[in-house]
Amino acid sequence: MTTNQRPGAVQIPEPLILQDLTLSLCSSGITKTLFKKFDLEIQPGEITTIMGPSGCGKSSLLSFISGTLAKDFNAVGRVCLGQRDITSSPPEQRHIGMLFQEDLLFPHLSVGENLGFGIPAAVRQKNQRKMLIEEALEEAGLSGYADQDPATLSGGQRARVAVMRTLLSRPSALLLDEPFSKLDSALRERFRTFIFEHARAHNLPTLLVTHDPEDARSAEGLILNMPFK
Amino acid sequence: MAEALRPVVFLLSSRQNMARLSIITDCLSLKYVPAFTLLVFLGPLAAGLIGTILPAFGYFPALGSKDFSLLSWEHLIEHPALPEALYLTLLSGFIATALSLGLAIAFTAAWQGSPSFNRVRKLLAPILAIPHSALAIGFAFLLAPSGWLARLFSPGLTGWDTPPDIAIIHDPFAVSLILGLVIKETPYLLLMIIAASDQGQARQRLVLAQTLGYSPVAAWIKAVLPLIYRQIRLPIYAVLAFSLSVVDVALILGPTTPPTLPVLILRWFNDPDLSYRALASTAAAFQLVIVILSILAWYLLEQLVAQILCGWLSNGQRSFAEQTIRFFSRSFFQLLGSIFCGSLLVIVLWSFTRRWRYPDALPSEWSIQSWHSNLDTLLLSGCTTLITGIISALIAITLSVACLENEKRRGKTAGSGALWLLYLPLMVPQVSFLFGTQVIAIKLGIDGSWLALIWSHLLFVLPYVFLSLADPYRYQDERFVNIAHCLGASPWRAFWKIRLPLLLRPLLFALAIGFAVSVAQYLPTLFAGGGRFMTLTTEAVNLSASGNRRIISVYALLQGLFPLLVFSAAIGFSNFIFRHRRALSQP
Repeated sequence: MTTNQRPGAVQIPEPLILQDLTLSLCSSGITKTLFKKFDLEIQPGEITTIMGPSGCGKSSLLSFISGTLAKDFNAVGRVCLGQRDITSSPPEQRHIGMLFQEDLLFPHLSVGENLGFGIPAAVRQKNQRKMLIEEALEEAGLSGYADQDPATLSGGQRARVAVMRTLLSRPSALLLDEPFSKLDSALRERFRTFIFEHARAHNLPTLLVTHDPEDARSAEGLILNMPFK
Repeated sequence: MAEALRPVVFLLSSRQNMARLSIITDCLSLKYVPAFTLLVFLGPLAAGLIGTILPAFGYFPALGSKDFSLLSWEHLIEHPALPEALYLTLLSGFIATALSLGLAIAFTAAWQGSPSFNRVRKLLAPILAIPHSALAIGFAFLLAPSGWLARLFSPGLTGWDTPPDIAIIHDPFAVSLILGLVIKETPYLLLMIIAASDQGQARQRLVLAQTLGYSPVAAWIKAVLPLIYRQIRLPIYAVLAFSLSVVDVALILGPTTPPTLPVLILRWFNDPDLSYRALASTAAAFQLVIVILSILAWYLLEQLVAQILCGWLSNGQRSFAEQTIRFFSRSFFQLLGSIFCGSLLVIVLWSFTRRWRYPDALPSEWSIQSWHSNLDTLLLSGCTTLITGIISALIAITLSVACLENEKRRGKTAGSGALWLLYLPLMVPQVSFLFGTQVIAIKLGIDGSWLALIWSHLLFVLPYVFLSLADPYRYQDERFVNIAHCLGASPWRAFWKIRLPLLLRPLLFALAIGFAVSVAQYLPTLFAGGGRFMTLTTEAVNLSASGNRRIISVYALLQGLFPLLVFSAAIGFSNFIFRHRRALSQP
């Protein structure tokens, strides 16, 4: 495990802990339980993978952890970061970074503005914000792209910007919802390495959801199969 | 619009809470917005209906009558003009609606997916933006015996040196009224059909039917129409109700002796003899009954047609008068399009005419005299039109956004009941409740004020604005907002920085629609304005009886130009803002 903590990240790395999670979907009066009494602890810098067929509730689990679960779900249990119980915190106070299959770069903002959206408001000075954006672009191999329209970037470039945007928001944990599945196989491997390296470098407890065994293997961590027994 | 939402929040939070206007109170107040919105436009509607129905049964304290009686109903039923007026109303209403619907369906079935259909599709918004009264005026100037068409072919083809004495406009069979309505309603229904086929599985169904060997028209009618009809049912009822209750178009194009029922009612309301008020109220209540019964009749007809066609749908026949439908729907559309363009063009010509002798094909002398000599009233009525339109559209957008944002945050979408409520002001005849609202406005001391004027416009602007915003808002990818939260943005920051900017195009489009709806209002301005306000539409319609084509055209042209300009501005502005954002640069 690498420990080259970047300057700027202030939080002391803490494990992501899920306790006694039960998740069910209520639609038109019918309740379908997706999983029951699920426990998990992910240490900082560790990447845990959950595998399973579509519809088994993998994505919903991530939504629940990040606090963005749709209202027709019913969830019981606790989500903690170290000692801190964040189960009832609104998503903006949880500091949990999330990456999806689609990059979801805001289409009305430039690449630089997208990155700027991620930087906490506590970083006040314009120069400092600009510097952080420049650094992030350099990391992603996209120096000088700040004013570009995200729609003009290639799929791989956009995906890297999305990662940098998330990291700039100084998350305490990282959730990955099949972020590689839209990329072709050559890109896929490079991008996987890119994300995993950054997740470890930032010492983030990371939860990856995928249906590709190759993704799971390269994460080199615990692999869980859904539906949970 | 950031500022625009504040007053709502302000109004709804109690004073003690104002000091700590936190996110929590904001969310709480948002919860009351739907109820508040319903109150804003259903309150006056309900009050107006009561204010019309009570006098119909003899309760009219302002005229010293407090005893309930059926006397005015007897007067109404015995009135010699009633049977003919009622007949003309039903005739024009049903035929206009059926014809518009048939045309819209036939055209979609025969041509959807083709280049000409896509061209028509792009023109729908500007066509709908032009107020029907402006179009009706142009229609009259085009087709009257002394109109442009007659001038083009006279005396060469017709041998006319003076306009013949035949009633083409104001004809006793309401043909010109029906045509005038069809020109406006066909594109509206077409737009509704397109909107309905964009969601649901219209596309897949069509492809599936075609792979089963159905030819395009049969495939669309048999596989797609039954799915879509459900969704366009309310718009059809609105069109039917509108056609049965329309006043301005009927004043310009409809029969005169007797006129259709709504025009007759307005005439009675305006009669200097106050005793006519009771008769007018009774007839207004009667008009409501007629509309309700007509919608019911239409519903029963639907059921009947569905029963009859049930077997036909699955009889395996793979084609259905393909060539005929293609030919007729295209010819009709070309005809409607020509009348539409001709109507606009003739208004432009007349507004710059100094001298246009019959039967010359074009004016012999041009001038801007008509503009110049009416500059004062043009400016005044133009400003009133602009202010009323912009403010009512902005209020409508604020309320709609607040309602939709509330839906998003509570994770519940309003049901179909809410949709019916939304359509109510579009289905209840304007003559049936505007008189009542006027009575109440007088009681409250707000008649003839800006408040009454804008509020009365809001009743009609709000449903259209909400309907045009609802789909883009509800189907926005929620993950953009979720991602913003995960990146640390508060709900309000995500709302202002992500949600609204991404919806900029539909928001501006809704603004333009709201504005166009407001510009077109005739009766609301008349009743709520208390005679103190004149808009381009009231001026144009009131002048239309005068026969001075030059002056009428100036008003009609501006009336049509205003919404068109706002539409172009809305589209141009979104294009400018997103000029460097490829993902958002196309609508």
